[in-house]
Amino acid sequence: MINPTIMRNTLLFALLISLINVNSLFAVAGGSEEGGQINTKEEINEYIQHHLQDSHDFTFWTNGKTGSHIGFHLPVILWSDGLHVFSSGKFDYGHEVAESNGKYFTLYHGKVYETNADGEINLDEEGHATNAKPLDISITKNVVGMLLTSLLMFLGFISLAKGYNKRSIPKGIGRILEPLVIYVRDEIARPNIGSKYEKFIPYLLTVFFYIWILNLLGLTPLGFNVTGNIAVTVGLALITFFVTQFSGNKDYWKHIFWMPGVPIPMKIILMPIEVLGMFTKPFALLIRLFANITAGHVVVMSLIALIITMRSQFGIVASSSISFGLAFFITLIELLVAFLQAYIFTMLSALFIGMAVEEHH
Amino acid sequence: MEQLINDFSPGLFFMQLFIFLVLLLLLSKFAWKPILNSLKAREGSIADALQSAENAKEEMAKLQADNQKLLQEARQERDKLLKEATDIANKIKEEAKSDAAKQADRMISDAKNAIEVEKNAALKEVTTKVAELSLEIAEKLIRKNLSDDKAQKALAEDFMKDLKLN
Repeated sequence: MINPTIMRNTLLFALLISLINVNSLFAVAGGSEEGGQINTKEEINEYIQHHLQDSHDFTFWTNGKTGSHIGFHLPVILWSDGLHVFSSGKFDYGHEVAESNGKYFTLYHGKVYETNADGEINLDEEGHATNAKPLDISITKNVVGMLLTSLLMFLGFISLAKGYNKRSIPKGIGRILEPLVIYVRDEIARPNIGSKYEKFIPYLLTVFFYIWILNLLGLTPLGFNVTGNIAVTVGLALITFFVTQFSGNKDYWKHIFWMPGVPIPMKIILMPIEVLGMFTKPFALLIRLFANITAGHVVVMSLIALIITMRSQFGIVASSSISFGLAFFITLIELLVAFLQAYIFTMLSALFIGMAVEEHH
Repeated sequence: MEQLINDFSPGLFFMQLFIFLVLLLLLSKFAWKPILNSLKAREGSIADALQSAENAKEEMAKLQADNQKLLQEARQERDKLLKEATDIANKIKEEAKSDAAKQADRMISDAKNAIEVEKNAALKEVTTKVAELSLEIAEKLIRKNLSDDKAQKALAEDFMKDLKLN
């Protein structure tokens, strides 16, 4: 089933990704043993945690020795009694307090808080900041990732759509995209939804490619972790939830609130269970995607970090080789997971919609 | 769980919803609709082409069957015609034969009749001739015989004998 060419290309791609990924962390870790480099397990944990979170700066590489960052600042857009727009350079990676329209903001663990002019952060007993949080609709790194994905999808599929005007069989990138579109239509939408699939196919196609491309972007050294962000998966699952509920027919609601074919006491017992089921289905969707992608990122980064943690025992060459081998293997699996999670999200969305629009006889 | 809730960024959530919905709208209008329509049209035309090929095949088979049938019919017609022609020829031959026989019979019978008539006529003539000749002979004889008395007497006696016998 697996074409040798595809296999070879996949291997090459994974090799490239792991090489760059290992290199980038190696660069971070390398150098002398002093200063702000990442050497200890705690620092590695911190670094991974930091990577998993959204960021107001787009950083390619951080020089641990000098503490300088290579990358660019992204615009910060806040809503707090008025709109505040400024560059994230004002925060200087959380070292400075940014002033905008008479209000003061600062970054604390990657999040924006309102503070006084001194940038004072009040913490509660559990170590969470109690300062007011403005509504942060900044163009963060994740937003950049989403915009990039949108742009890629838009360009790719517009070119595919335009291609049909000239010839009935697409050329170039359309050759790759068309079978995927047909796959989503014939293998995901049609079997799960049935005859009414055409109404829902734009959503299913969009969500499939959106998740897949974001997952793949997450594997690149650009360091996006969009689909591993809970806010993003909540947003996606919520859309599936609303699409399902609004397309539900009479039978669907009847099965939830007054299950036919069972005795009345059972109907009463089943009602809350079914109502709960309405919410657990999309909840499972959002947790599955979030957890899978986050876990993938943690595993890949931890394996890369083996270079540092195993250096004292095995030496630099051996630890690098072990780390590279394992990271390469996991990256291969992650490539599969990237597709699989997009497929599962789309397939389950189609299944839920199909259950809502199904006609019972 | 607490960490998750703490990590949840409402701003990112709204941005994500906004970007996704705009993308969905734009792609639906400018990409999915034309792509799916084109795919459908293409699949339709392929199905049509296959169907028409199938139809052509059927038509061909039907034509062939028709041809076969026509050929069969033509053969039968030919056989029938041939048979009829042979029959007619035979009949004509038979008729001709019987006609000829009849003709011959008639001619023969005519000839027979003619012969009979001629024969009768001839016989009559012969009879008459014979009678005349007999009379002449008899006259001559009588004339000669009656020239003497004796002969006359003898004859008369002969006649008398005959008369007596009768």
